[in-house]
Amino acid sequence: MGAGSLIALMIAAIAFSGIAILISKIVLKSTTNKQKGEPYECGLPTKGPSWIQFNVGYYLFALIFLIFDVELIFLYPWAVVVKGIGWIALVEIMIFLFILFMGFLYAHKKGALKWQ
Amino acid sequence: MSTSEILFWFLSVLALFSAVMVLVSKNPVHSVLWLIVVFFSISGHYLLLNAQFLAIVNIIVYAGAIMVLFLFVIMLMNLNRESEPQKNVWMKLFGVISGGLLLTIFVSAFRSSADIFDKTAQLNDGDVGLIKNLGKVLFDQYAFPFEISSVLFLSAMVGAVVIGKKE
Repeated sequence: MGAGSLIALMIAAIAFSGIAILISKIVLKSTTNKQKGEPYECGLPTKGPSWIQFNVGYYLFALIFLIFDVELIFLYPWAVVVKGIGWIALVEIMIFLFILFMGFLYAHKKGALKWQ
Repeated sequence: MSTSEILFWFLSVLALFSAVMVLVSKNPVHSVLWLIVVFFSISGHYLLLNAQFLAIVNIIVYAGAIMVLFLFVIMLMNLNRESEPQKNVWMKLFGVISGGLLLTIFVSAFRSSADIFDKTAQLNDGDVGLIKNLGKVLFDQYAFPFEISSVLFLSAMVGAVVIGKKE
């Protein structure tokens, strides 16, 4: 069970999907028609062009999500070492979470988390 | 060639090829999708260097969250075929200048750091990127920069709220 088996698995996976695609290319006669490009039971057909300007609110939500995403990632190494370092690590993470909680309160007060 | 070397060369070729495809794709959404491939191959490199935590963080933050921001920027820019703003010659000129400056910095940085030549990375047995060592360094030695990073997050969040709520 060395790393060679990992390579063998990757090659087998690529070959498996590649051969399946190749067989379907060879066996099937390719035809194109209008129905093929439509979304089948995947919601309504789109109206108008899809290259439109989206609401800036999506960006705001994504940015706030990103910040709390990174905050949670900092919690993982903290959780591993907090027992070894002791209460200093607890104080450090409390300050960290407090500062970020102030940001959350600001966003909440400003109504940035409400959709309009 | 050992297995690590095969994987290294495969991932390097994949990363470079996808990075070139990011640049040459006509559709900006395709560029973003190729950039995801770049991030995943770089995560593979982290795994080869025995830095599992960095690999997972790279996938979660870059391939997950940063990519969403990139997609939203593309969707906010309104890249219609008719009103595409990339026709400006000055824009292209400034792009070439800034890219060239970045290349100069890279070349000079690599030229001056002669001690990285003839050195190999610690494959499989390095322990710098393990989560425990990272946590020890972060919460013991670099505790103050860690607290400063929370102020950075706070300023990013406040900036986003101020700009996004201006209407």
